[in-house]
Amino acid sequence: MTVFIIRRLMQSIAVLAVTSLLVFVGVYAIGNPVDILIAPDATELERQAAIARLGLDRPVWEQYWVFLTNLAEGDLGRSFVFNEPALKLILQRLPATLELAFVAMLIAVFIGIPLGLWAGFHPNGVSGRSIMAGSILGFSLPNFWQGLMLIMIFAVMLGWLPAGGRGDQGEFLGIRSSLFSLDGWSHLILPAINLALFKTSLVIRLTRANVREVLPQDYVKFARAKGLRQRRVVMVHVLKNTLIPVVTVLGLELGNVIAFAVVTETIFAWPGIGKLIIDSIFVLDRPIIVAYLMVIVMMFIIINLIVDILYSVLDPRVRLADQRA
Amino acid sequence: MAERILEVEGLRTHFFTKGGVIKAVDDVSFTLDRGQVLGLVGESGSGKSVTGFSIMGLVDPPGRVAGGRVLYRGTDLAGLREDAMRRIRGRRIAMIFQDPMMTLNPVLRIDTQMIETLQAHETIDMAEARRRARDALGQVGIPSPDQRLKAYPHQFSGGMRQRVAIAIALLHHPDLIIADEPTTALDVTIQGQILYEVQKLVREQGTALIWITHDLSVVAGLADDVAVMYAGRVVESGSVADVIDRPLHPYTRGLIDSVPSRNPRGRPLHQIRGMSPSPLKLPPGCAFRARCPRAAPQCQAMPGLDALLPGHSVRCFRPHLPEAAQ
Repeated sequence: MTVFIIRRLMQSIAVLAVTSLLVFVGVYAIGNPVDILIAPDATELERQAAIARLGLDRPVWEQYWVFLTNLAEGDLGRSFVFNEPALKLILQRLPATLELAFVAMLIAVFIGIPLGLWAGFHPNGVSGRSIMAGSILGFSLPNFWQGLMLIMIFAVMLGWLPAGGRGDQGEFLGIRSSLFSLDGWSHLILPAINLALFKTSLVIRLTRANVREVLPQDYVKFARAKGLRQRRVVMVHVLKNTLIPVVTVLGLELGNVIAFAVVTETIFAWPGIGKLIIDSIFVLDRPIIVAYLMVIVMMFIIINLIVDILYSVLDPRVRLADQRA
Repeated sequence: MAERILEVEGLRTHFFTKGGVIKAVDDVSFTLDRGQVLGLVGESGSGKSVTGFSIMGLVDPPGRVAGGRVLYRGTDLAGLREDAMRRIRGRRIAMIFQDPMMTLNPVLRIDTQMIETLQAHETIDMAEARRRARDALGQVGIPSPDQRLKAYPHQFSGGMRQRVAIAIALLHHPDLIIADEPTTALDVTIQGQILYEVQKLVREQGTALIWITHDLSVVAGLADDVAVMYAGRVVESGSVADVIDRPLHPYTRGLIDSVPSRNPRGRPLHQIRGMSPSPLKLPPGCAFRARCPRAAPQCQAMPGLDALLPGHSVRCFRPHLPEAAQ
């Protein structure tokens, strides 16, 4: 197990290196940030000075080398726009996105799995069919449109919840978060639902499909033939086998939710990293784009590692083998 | 006289599908005494497995028991509420399935799957449950049962898994075990071991056994009595010696002649022509009529199951009666 984790971390470094190269080259292919950063009426001299200050006069490979040596010291560069360390900006915004993603995933799990189970056990009933029909809507209606409708209904027409922004944060055990204040929750709940709708539909469909697959298995019938109570058959024999694929997908989706909360954050003016990256792409703030992608890649690597470990806990047939794969 | 454990009377289990009603089990009757072994023989789709599941009350929709009675020591199981039936399942009547690779839950340890069976029926502390699970594993011939308890099903071979399933079935010393082709998926050598093991255990514990199979040679060595099923009905029943050595029904005779080792070397193998009729559109009269070498116009009516010889019944108008009786 330990060897497995160390090996995976070594692989991660290789992945990060390759990503950094791709990202760096990719970012250099789009536009010239100087055109956006300096005033349109600036003189050629001012322009040259700005280019030199940002280090853009040096060849690409040299810029990459500087980037790499800085990276080794934990420095991901300074934002062109804010003139602050890119990593610091991202880490400042990250908690907002994390709490949004966290609540969205909770909704997806605690609504999606029970509904999926219900639909799986009652595939022909009215309730089961309604759940599936609803999940198709959640799946296929565009995310941004769902967001706009949520704002229209709950913020504009009913006036129950604010339409955007993050609201007050509470403090608990020295951690500041929207999760610890009522105002924070009132701001959080709409974007979280918006972000969760697609995931919930996914979890419902996945859970239902797995239940349908597990139910006719001989081991379920054998469990009943042993005289187990229905509760035990469902909650242990069916659920555990159903959850294995769901956990894998949820893990990957968690990464997705954090990385691609862009649309939701933009609609609800939620000050997370999704909004930061969109703003940065508009102004070609290269260091932030690069740093953002590096952070996201790192996060995916860590999440995948956790999923693999969790997977081996759930499914005994998967052993995190120490041998070379 | 031995105690009557099970009495199945006119059991009908039908599947109500969109294409029509499938009469998987149609008027099946038999009885079983303590310690008696009944071989339920038939080809795929003859209704032998459904008969087993009907007794257990485990027929899945769209199927259901549509008629008849299943009397377990005088109590009609069909009339029991689900919770009362659950208390009998696994405790008084246990079942072993066909494919040992599929019957154990792959994500639960063997001890979990054994202990839950004990806890479903009695209040028992963990240490005691674990001890009994270990003893049961030892009983079915699993080496070092203490360590094997902590293993997962995928760490066992097929034969070993079937032994575990048998150990689970034996945990509560049931009155009756229904074994649904438990050796079909196993190697011949393992098959022999399992048969020996089961035979020994049911004899020791006085358990009655219904052995569902399509393999007549297994039945010949194991069972006291045989019931041959065709298209949902019993077509012949009697003691093993009577049915195997002096089959009355043309179908039973065809089955016995189809066993390759009974054919003379070099001759083409004997076979029963044609296929089982579709269960959705069974012809009126004897279902075997279309494949029967002795079919006659009178077979368009359904023959009754009559005891033509003492203790030996057959459902046929034109049975292979011994010379003396004809």
